Amino acid sequence: MQLEKFNYDNKIVKWFAYATMLWGIVGMLAGLVAALQLFIPAFNFNLPYTTFGRVRPVHTNAIIFAFVGNGIFMGVYYSLQRLLKTRMFSDLLSKIHFWGWQLIIVLAAITLVLGKTTGKEYAELEWPIDILITLIWVVFGWNMFGTILRRRERHLYVAIWFYIGTFVTVALLHIVNSIEIPVSFWKSYSWYAGVQDALVQWWYGHNAVAFFLTTPYLGLMYYFLPKAANRPVYSYRLSIIHFWALIFIYIWAGPHHLLYTSTPDWAQSLGVVFSIMLIAPSWGGMINGLLTLRGAWDRVREDVVLKFLVVAITAYGMATFEGPMLSLKNVNAISHFTDWTIAHVHVGALGWNGFLTFGILYWLIPRMFRTELYSKKLANMHFWIGTLGIVLYAVPMYWSGIMQSLMWKEFTPEGQLKWQFMDTVNKMIPFYAARAVGGTLFLIGAIMMVYNLIKTIKVGNFLENEEAQAPALAKDYETHHSEHWHRWIERKPIQLMIVSLVVVAIGGIVEFVPTFLVKSNIPTIASVKPYTPLELHGRDIYIREGCYTCHSQMVRPFRSEVVRYAPNEGDGGYSKAGEFVYDHPFQWGSKRTGPDLARQGGKYPDSWHLFHMYEPTQTSDNSIMPRYPWLFDDQIDVSSTVAKIKAMKRLGVPYPAGYENQAAKDMEKQANEITQNLMSDEKVKQFVEAEEIEKLNDREIIALIAYLQRLGKDIKVEMKTKQPVASNQ
Amino acid sequence: MKFINYLESITGVGIYPLISLMIFFLFFIGVTWFVIKGKKEYFDSIANLTVNDKD
Repeated sequence: MQLEKFNYDNKIVKWFAYATMLWGIVGMLAGLVAALQLFIPAFNFNLPYTTFGRVRPVHTNAIIFAFVGNGIFMGVYYSLQRLLKTRMFSDLLSKIHFWGWQLIIVLAAITLVLGKTTGKEYAELEWPIDILITLIWVVFGWNMFGTILRRRERHLYVAIWFYIGTFVTVALLHIVNSIEIPVSFWKSYSWYAGVQDALVQWWYGHNAVAFFLTTPYLGLMYYFLPKAANRPVYSYRLSIIHFWALIFIYIWAGPHHLLYTSTPDWAQSLGVVFSIMLIAPSWGGMINGLLTLRGAWDRVREDVVLKFLVVAITAYGMATFEGPMLSLKNVNAISHFTDWTIAHVHVGALGWNGFLTFGILYWLIPRMFRTELYSKKLANMHFWIGTLGIVLYAVPMYWSGIMQSLMWKEFTPEGQLKWQFMDTVNKMIPFYAARAVGGTLFLIGAIMMVYNLIKTIKVGNFLENEEAQAPALAKDYETHHSEHWHRWIERKPIQLMIVSLVVVAIGGIVEFVPTFLVKSNIPTIASVKPYTPLELHGRDIYIREGCYTCHSQMVRPFRSEVVRYAPNEGDGGYSKAGEFVYDHPFQWGSKRTGPDLARQGGKYPDSWHLFHMYEPTQTSDNSIMPRYPWLFDDQIDVSSTVAKIKAMKRLGVPYPAGYENQAAKDMEKQANEITQNLMSDEKVKQFVEAEEIEKLNDREIIALIAYLQRLGKDIKVEMKTKQPVASNQ
Repeated sequence: MKFINYLESITGVGIYPLISLMIFFLFFIGVTWFVIKGKKEYFDSIANLTVNDKD
């Protein structure tokens, strides 16, 4: 058989490797700043761009899409060429993919810092960037499938299945969750509202973890672990079951992020059941990875790459055992909204994604630069300092999470809540400090790696085009009569993609078909009305400042929560589905660094919010909330009012016909009321001149106060008029 | 509000979970059958794709 000669493109792999190192450090630095802000609020710097609410999305997006994203592409571009015995389909597409992805990252960083956000976690990027992501993702897919179709190896190794599964599912998730109505170039409203938005968002959010942080990295594990250990995967049979079971089950598990919320009970149960089932394929994969090292464990002692890979796979095993446990309703009742979740995701992010990326980098860079690693000793130190960092990060967060949750729920023998919310926050401070130490160690380790690899690169000689040869793929493939249908799928990438899409679509469809009908079935609450224009502006400020990163708007049906957030009859009780029908997007949050705000309206006078936003410690001793002084200077963007009302109307919010033209007047009226209210407040009079208050009339603080005072107001009206309140339970 | 309240408004809704379950069930029976019945040499040859390419 004649051998064909060709080259592997190492240049693109090198670029993505550099990018993952660079953005990894940037993302971890942002994480460290956010961690410091939680116990030293001065690190918010009193600037809009550096407050926690904006830094946190920068951190999460940088780690997920920049660090891990570039890590995925680095591994895929290296392994795909070799597994298929061909060069990438198009160098130009590779280049467009690389620079397009870096452009997305830069745009993301700039817009998030500027407060341009959709307010949906891990999908914060605004619509123009969403479109760019879609285009670049298509370029990636085009290049990948082009390569697959030009391959010289008939069968697709299981790593490639994971890449294909990742490609189709991320496309599906991104498009469905990003459907939004643009208001302006950098502002949009989610097409979905309230309960539907929550279900779509967490279907996306959970599967971002599944199909961006997990499946592509499993593909990398199935390639680089056998490579590094120099032995084939333990069980190829198990890997087949692993792939199908994982992608099928993962897609259903999203609603476990919404346990005890106002989402339908059936959806929650479905999420729980599938989450528990997930243990099987996840652990199947982990065991398959670890057993690949059977008979080679002695090498783990010597080989730093294997050390990183083993800890990565172990962290994957721990996180995927913990995840299903956190999905149990009784465990979730304690863990949700606390640091426990933060600990859980960081075992995954630092351990699984971080260490797997590091291991691959240590393996790849010396190989492509045809040299030895500059310092094995330094790499070993990185391994230990990184491992210690993970432990020091996770343990305090488990401790603080469980402790805070139990404090939230503790009653005195007289039946009163034992702790004020602020008491529980104060108890967190030492743990937040310890976490920052853990994170710093991890970051130091990563910097050591970058130094080590730069040194390696400097002495190395980069092999840009790696020569290889393989026989061409025979055009006519003789199928055996008894060929199994699965072998047919394996040989055909397009079929594999379609079957994968069907498999992942089933979960989505079954969860969404009823969900999209919720609107007509939802127990509507007569007193729940659309937001006034001023409140709408206030809500957009709330979203812009990332308030949802610390405050939930979801009182769960627990005695401890109802007593804390809605203690009196007529306070509205726990949250109901019907309250959120005009919330585009929903703002339930996922973490309570501060208290829940669903029943905030009318709880305090306007003046309280005025002081609190200017200097939180004025109203709440020891508060760790950032200051928001710019809200007192910046004017409300009235030029967007008409567009906002129009967009909301298009989304089905029942403003009267032509209301957009009347909105400005109503807005002024409501702002005047709030200003008057502030001016007549004794406490305000004591500290602030009347003219100063009058000047605030057109400032953002007034809109934010209007919004905060609206929260839960409608349901309180309903309770006071003693009409039966519909329940979704 | 229970599961049934949301679903009963969809005509013939019972068919959706039934079809899903059938696809799931048959697909996994098929995959399991393939995995058990498949030849060892075949699986070994694919598993060795990673280690056989020299680099």
